[in-house]
Amino acid sequence: MLTLDSKVPSGPIQDAWTNHKNNLRLVGPKNRPQYKVIVIGSGLAGASAAASMGAMGYNVDCFCFQDSARRAHSIAAQGGINASKNYRNDGDSTWRLFYDTQKGGDYRAREKNVYRLAELSTAIIDQAVSQGVPFAREYGGKLANRSFGGVLVERTFYCRGETGQQLLLGAYSALQEQVAAKNVRMHTRSEMLDLVVVDGRTRGVIVRNLETGKITRHAADAVVLASGGYGNVYYLSTNAKGCNVTANWRAYKRGAGFANPSFVQIHPTSIPASGDYQSKLTLMSESLRNDGRIWVPRDPDEKRKPKDIPEAERFYYLEERYPRFGNLVPRDVAARNAKEVCDKGLGVGPTGYGVYLDFAKAMEEKGAEAVKAKYANLFEMYERITDDDPVETPMRIYPAVHYTMGGLWVDYNLSTNVDGLYSVGESNFADHGANRLGASSLMQCLADGYFVLPVTIGDYLSRHDAGEITTDHDAFEKVETEVRDRINTLLKIKGDRSAQSIHRELGKLMWEHCGIARTKESLMEGLEKIPALRKEFWNNLRLPGGHQEMNQSLEHAGRVADFLEFGELMCRDALLRDESCGCHLREEYQTEEGEAKRNDKDFAHVSVFEFKGVDDEPELTKEPLSFEALPLADRNYKS
Amino acid sequence: MRIKIHVWRQSNRTDRGEMKSYDLEGLSPDMSFLEMMDQLNEKLTGNGEEPVAFDHDCREGVCGSCSMVINGEAHGPKSETTTCQLYMRHFEDGAEVFVEPWRARSFPVVRDLVVDRSAFDRIIQAGGFVSNHSGPKPEPNSIPIEPGIAETALDAASCIGCGACVAACPNGSAMLFTAAKSAHLGMLPQGQTERFDRAKDMVDKMESEGFGSCRNYAECEAQCPKGISIAFIGRLNADYLKATMIEPIDRRGKMHAQ
Repeated sequence: MLTLDSKVPSGPIQDAWTNHKNNLRLVGPKNRPQYKVIVIGSGLAGASAAASMGAMGYNVDCFCFQDSARRAHSIAAQGGINASKNYRNDGDSTWRLFYDTQKGGDYRAREKNVYRLAELSTAIIDQAVSQGVPFAREYGGKLANRSFGGVLVERTFYCRGETGQQLLLGAYSALQEQVAAKNVRMHTRSEMLDLVVVDGRTRGVIVRNLETGKITRHAADAVVLASGGYGNVYYLSTNAKGCNVTANWRAYKRGAGFANPSFVQIHPTSIPASGDYQSKLTLMSESLRNDGRIWVPRDPDEKRKPKDIPEAERFYYLEERYPRFGNLVPRDVAARNAKEVCDKGLGVGPTGYGVYLDFAKAMEEKGAEAVKAKYANLFEMYERITDDDPVETPMRIYPAVHYTMGGLWVDYNLSTNVDGLYSVGESNFADHGANRLGASSLMQCLADGYFVLPVTIGDYLSRHDAGEITTDHDAFEKVETEVRDRINTLLKIKGDRSAQSIHRELGKLMWEHCGIARTKESLMEGLEKIPALRKEFWNNLRLPGGHQEMNQSLEHAGRVADFLEFGELMCRDALLRDESCGCHLREEYQTEEGEAKRNDKDFAHVSVFEFKGVDDEPELTKEPLSFEALPLADRNYKS
Repeated sequence: MRIKIHVWRQSNRTDRGEMKSYDLEGLSPDMSFLEMMDQLNEKLTGNGEEPVAFDHDCREGVCGSCSMVINGEAHGPKSETTTCQLYMRHFEDGAEVFVEPWRARSFPVVRDLVVDRSAFDRIIQAGGFVSNHSGPKPEPNSIPIEPGIAETALDAASCIGCGACVAACPNGSAMLFTAAKSAHLGMLPQGQTERFDRAKDMVDKMESEGFGSCRNYAECEAQCPKGISIAFIGRLNADYLKATMIEPIDRRGKMHAQ
């Protein structure tokens, strides 16, 4: 049984973060260089955390598996970042952003965490602008905004369709400034393969250099995991190919609790897969739903081109079912509706799994040039991939795995239950509940990295002396040997199947048994099939090459091995959560209109799992959620 | 469709390396170029050979990982397109395709098609940032920025740091990369304070990393997957010239001496 102390401050929600900060212990500027902090990952959360701590004077080592810190997958976020600046004077406020996020997450997040996120949102914009992030401006030179799903205000700041890229380059530049100042040492092409914990406290990591294969030990006073999400367990997702669960999974196996692993966001607007060779799915930003109308033909046998189908024979299912939010319903609602109409045989495109996203009306009203200018790079991207011009014919889109709300359990300080181990950004479970609203992931990563972690980590560090354990400690020896043994085992299997083919099979299994809609039966079946596939992997993997060289097959195989264990945990969580909420739709629990039906009496909690062995059932601990500031309410986007 | 592909194979930094040829059949025109490479690697793995190492990650044209020279052009035949956004429909059925890594003195080959681009990080470290700490900052709307300037800064900031400009340049110059960052920050009010030092420090670093000089071949712009304009190089040259004419003041040295 895990001991989970959420450390959420008491008192009114509006003052919680300020009061909490005032009560934290700090490390003085002269002492900070003595403390070494390791950051795993250099995306928005990792880079902003490493840069901020470096600037404060901590001694930081940052690791990423890519060849440069600038390539982390935060870079691919397109649409924007939320902040309750209320520049539009449309009634936005910290409270409103808090309310939207908590409601959007279907009341499965800690409300004081969510409030803090909303509170910090405006400072992120200020910080990014001060770094030179060129957000879109209006004619008077003031910042421009647009609207995203699940809200009734315009609070999203953007740089065309490349907001993530610009924010990441801002954080990356700040990180490089600290590298130049020698406060941060950046280790590229380096993958964390295990965590070293001694007497319940995190002491360091074991890392493999992906160019030379050299395995090294790194001791630290604290370790921060900013290693992103695990959407690639489905093989096909909008994640970058390298995204993986390995760092989080290693931490889980060393005692960190894994929270809500089954909460996976399926994004409604991705380009549909075209064949079996498909290696990833490409997202089309949700911002397109501002001007695009989603529809399918009413006739399942429709053969005409979309342009030739008259209005009356088109089914604008979101506009009809949700008149108030229309095409801007939250992601899970949009995704489920798309699947439902396609399952009924109304889908379009060669596979029948696609719906139209049509800009004809917006172009008629605003002019084709204006619409094209607004979404320029998205239209180009679409045309490049599909060979269709969205100005001439509607886009075809379909839901795809996009973001994982689940992650390592963390307290209000972003610390896991293992002392000295922190988790920030998508890698933790904290702020989005059972569904994340669009343009909120960038916000959370940067709130964690720029403003929360740099303060809270001092509270832990100040309670301990720096550098208590060095890499010659027995624990480092032991964990390093385990890492080496595991690599050697993988190389020695010499079977017939590539890691790629097993990963693909796992992906299909996960999509089928733990995808958009789940049932008890399908999940139980998944729980039987995954261990069998894992066995196949360990008996029949073919891994070319050796380990003392660059070996991308070995990197991939190591990550697939972890996904094969992790997928089982996801199914287990989805099975135990015997309700529907947000992204998690159990078909047994839905309203007459097919909406997720929560069971607040039994499931208003965070499910946290503790590792008990690869083939043993993990132990579940529940962190109850309280709803004082914002009482539980139905999540209704219809009226 | 089928193709004959010639790929650069090199097992490590010191290996001499050579081109090797493979035949691939049963490809779909809707397959991306990297999905074709995946097929090749699956085939090689199946035959007990070592797969071709290549950098890739987001596969949506923005992370800047891919680094292939295809048929003599960085990122292949389609303009303003990264390798990962290139599709097999852009090639003829039965085509011969030549794939090589970036070739430049400052980008040593690590393995097969993978090169070491850490020199780019070091150019950024020389000044490609606005010196800053995290914490309270002025209200952004108190410093209005003309939208045209913000947009042009964003044009420059769209550089994905892939290194195609260097691979394309007969001199192996990194001027387009350096100019894009220098112009992005130099055009915005937030970047003014360090504008001239930045230009000088980044160019000096670029040269010390072994990149060549710019001679206006403009191949960098032609092969840049983000279509970054060489007009930014003009801006950088102007800033660099001004920086070298300003009397040097060692402000930081003075601060340390206090």
